[in-house]
Amino acid sequence: MSTTPITSQVVTVTVNGERIEKDVPARRLLVHFLRDDLDLTGTHVGCDTGSCGACTVHLDGVPVKSCAVLAVQADGATITTVEGLAGDELTPLQRSFHEHHALQCGYCTPGMLMSASALLAENPSPSEEEVKVALQGNICRCTGYWNIVDAVVAVGKGGAA
Amino acid sequence: MTAVETTETTTLQRGFVGQSVPRREDRRLVQGEGQFFDDVKRHGMGYLHFVRSPYPHARIESIDVSAALELPGVYGTLTGDEVAILTDPFFQIAADPGGQVRDYALAVGKVRYIGEAVAAVVAETRELARDAAELVVVEYEPLEVVVDARKALEEGAPVLHEECGGNMSYTGVWEWGDVDAAFAEADHVVKISELHFDRFNSTPLELDGGLVEYNRGTGQWTITTNNQFPGFAVIMMAPAMRVGTDKLRIVTQDIGGGFGNKITSHPQLVACCLLARKLNRPIQWTEWRTDFHQSMSHGNERWFLETEVAVKADGTMTAFRTKAIDDAGAYLRYEPLGGVIWSQVAPGMYGWRNIRVEFTQAMTNKAPVSPNRGYSRMQHLWFTERIADIVAQELGFDRVELRKKNYVQPGQMPYETPNGCVYDSGDYPKALETVLELIGYDTIEERREEAASRGKLLGFGIGSTLDSGTNNFGQSQLLNPDLQFSGNNEVATVKLDIFGEIVVTLGTTPQGQGHETTAAQVVADILNCDVDLVHVRVGHDSYWNSHAGFSGTYASQFAVTGLGAVKGATEDLANQMKTLASMVFQCPVEAIELADGFARIADNPDAALPFMALGAIPNANNAGFPSDPPPMNARFVYRPAFQVPDKEKKFGNLTLTYAMQIHACVVEVDPETGVYELVDYAAVDDCGTRVNPKIVEGQVMGATAHAIGAAMFESFAYDEEGNLLTPNFYDYHVPHTLDMPPLKTAATESPSPFTPLGTKGMGEGGGGGIHCICAALQDALRASGGGIVTESHNPYHRVWEMLREPERSRGKVQVTGR
Repeated sequence: MSTTPITSQVVTVTVNGERIEKDVPARRLLVHFLRDDLDLTGTHVGCDTGSCGACTVHLDGVPVKSCAVLAVQADGATITTVEGLAGDELTPLQRSFHEHHALQCGYCTPGMLMSASALLAENPSPSEEEVKVALQGNICRCTGYWNIVDAVVAVGKGGAA
Repeated sequence: MTAVETTETTTLQRGFVGQSVPRREDRRLVQGEGQFFDDVKRHGMGYLHFVRSPYPHARIESIDVSAALELPGVYGTLTGDEVAILTDPFFQIAADPGGQVRDYALAVGKVRYIGEAVAAVVAETRELARDAAELVVVEYEPLEVVVDARKALEEGAPVLHEECGGNMSYTGVWEWGDVDAAFAEADHVVKISELHFDRFNSTPLELDGGLVEYNRGTGQWTITTNNQFPGFAVIMMAPAMRVGTDKLRIVTQDIGGGFGNKITSHPQLVACCLLARKLNRPIQWTEWRTDFHQSMSHGNERWFLETEVAVKADGTMTAFRTKAIDDAGAYLRYEPLGGVIWSQVAPGMYGWRNIRVEFTQAMTNKAPVSPNRGYSRMQHLWFTERIADIVAQELGFDRVELRKKNYVQPGQMPYETPNGCVYDSGDYPKALETVLELIGYDTIEERREEAASRGKLLGFGIGSTLDSGTNNFGQSQLLNPDLQFSGNNEVATVKLDIFGEIVVTLGTTPQGQGHETTAAQVVADILNCDVDLVHVRVGHDSYWNSHAGFSGTYASQFAVTGLGAVKGATEDLANQMKTLASMVFQCPVEAIELADGFARIADNPDAALPFMALGAIPNANNAGFPSDPPPMNARFVYRPAFQVPDKEKKFGNLTLTYAMQIHACVVEVDPETGVYELVDYAAVDDCGTRVNPKIVEGQVMGATAHAIGAAMFESFAYDEEGNLLTPNFYDYHVPHTLDMPPLKTAATESPSPFTPLGTKGMGEGGGGGIHCICAALQDALRASGGGIVTESHNPYHRVWEMLREPERSRGKVQVTGR
């Protein structure tokens, strides 16, 4: 008996502005495609049940848990990872995380930033409650979330320099 | 919610120390540019997947790896039989009987919990390694199972480790003062038949793992990992692998949370080392979430049976006695140290002088325990806090007044506890006042009435707790007199490099505590330069010569041991810089000052050497120098002045510092369903001098969140067959944004008289949230049957049970009087 994957597929995606064409095993998760094949290691894995949100990326502008998407399902999509957020300067959201001490170990931070930036794109001045709802799929074990919520709310209020 | 109010006062604001300097770690982390072990890749590396036991207790009849090896892309396997030949069992901390445990990198002969690794498979990809692991055929002969520590100690219970002759790993009587006399003189005796501290852990988001490379030419392994206590890992691994400690180079950079849970990954890392050598290729192992939940680092579960508390008529608590049963799980990876660590805080924050604890630890068919934030002290402090609230309620004392009366008083500091520990400083009654003010204690009764009008039961609770830090490892000898561990240490190096760069290396393994930032603050103040001129290398590397046997980040000590080492090394470097400048200027060394990036003659600003010139002389420009220039390179080992405790009396100072937290919360309980909500929360922390108040507050918040999770949601629950019912984040609910209450924080500062900077270790918080939530629930239940909270973990259904059958928990408490 062999359970070796015998199918693979060429996937074409645009990741952080770069067009990529690659042959991918059909069963490879998007998160492992990003981390292992493209070496975009800012996207993290914290669970095996789609619960923690550390792997959150934007797929055609929508935040998704990249551990719950197969790489082949992303064929043709435009993907943004945490590496694609900042240009020469940090974004106001990244600066706000820094200023509010909204990160400690930094492991959940990429996922938090992707969920929060998707929220801010839809709703530039979210309330505290709206931020909490938007981030409920992201687990942080260091901060207790208080400073994270404050950091996101502050961006909406123009509070981050 | 999220009303975070901070009192940012600090007693030691002479420069960068005391300021909330923004963290220098953040810039890489917010851009996804941190480097966690799983981010590191090597050419030709193989991915390791462990084959794990589906049985909680079984004899291994056979293991057949042939089908796995035939799968294209599989590089090789490792089984317990090979491990038993290639390695010796891990050194055991325990004396007999626990000392007889034979623990290897993989199960040998038997499995003792579900999820125990029995074999390892290495393949070209992660997916393939998992597939191949499924092709490994293991034949088991199931054995009887025991999951309850109390039953494990009974005659006739299934025995996990036959060599131990039973399931007891350690037992000892810890008694100080005159307990019998105190009970004879008591006006009241409160008896509590059973209290239970639940099993959970803080589940860091990043899982365990490593990238392990073997150099055949030198026989050395390089282990890029997130193990948080390399000093301990090397001490465990090297003898088992029959090599010297220098053969194991441990490297860490960013670590995604630790909380103690990443101390005991040495068995898996040994399996990686053996496979790296066997297969001659780098081995990449990343644990899966379910693996972690099933097999790694559960917190100590503990029972307190037949507790009795002696109380005087005025509410003074004079003595307690109890029988503690601790559940170590299947192996003693860091245990039985939990059997002594609790005694760092034997009387809690109270003035008890007479204490007797019969402490017994049992092994069960559950995952092995290891340190978890607040390790072993949290269980005991929860016990002392439960006593305080149950005594107050049953004898009719006000909980606040009972605490104020029984707390160790500020005038008694430094205070020697009955077992010889020294509480260094603190004003507990003042901290209590502060937290009561934050939470609006004077309005509680009004709020209770208002809640009642909405059909809700409101409860208020206090959790007062200590965070003892900087272990005296000599306490291990109270469990095993033959051990050769004592004291503590940490190492730092500070050098001035060729172009005047100030370069710092640490022995620690930070997991979010901001060591790069706070170390730079300390260095900049001593060298009197800008903090941005100080470069602190990231993480840990055994090849830096900045590590010692106790190096790591654990047990609330960086602000003392780590920064103590940084301070010592920097002061040495400062002296070297002044000496060199005095040689150049041919003046007394006392005439030289360091200021603004120069070493200069204090009253002659023209006689000034930039740091760059000082760095260049010994490194690159030393010809013609009349005598040896100081090397501009300092290494300092910080070592607190500990003695080995008295092993007979179990007496001595076990930790250097005692940070303190008082938490308070308000809950609202739905009497129909038992569902409750935290509606208000406040935490006051005193960790002595705060080097960086923002980082301190972050630690307080994190510890609070962990405690809330443990009190309300998180439990490693097993059924009687040994199945873990919460093996992943689907079933094991950790708090999310919507679970968090509004929070107010404040700090008091009582600098430690015993530490280089007046700091105290902090960050663990001793489970203050667990204590105050239990107390608040008990307070809420007073209006509906008066159930007594005897469990640390109180999910909604348990509260509902207490509401429905209050007599069941009330039956566990009995009061007798003279």
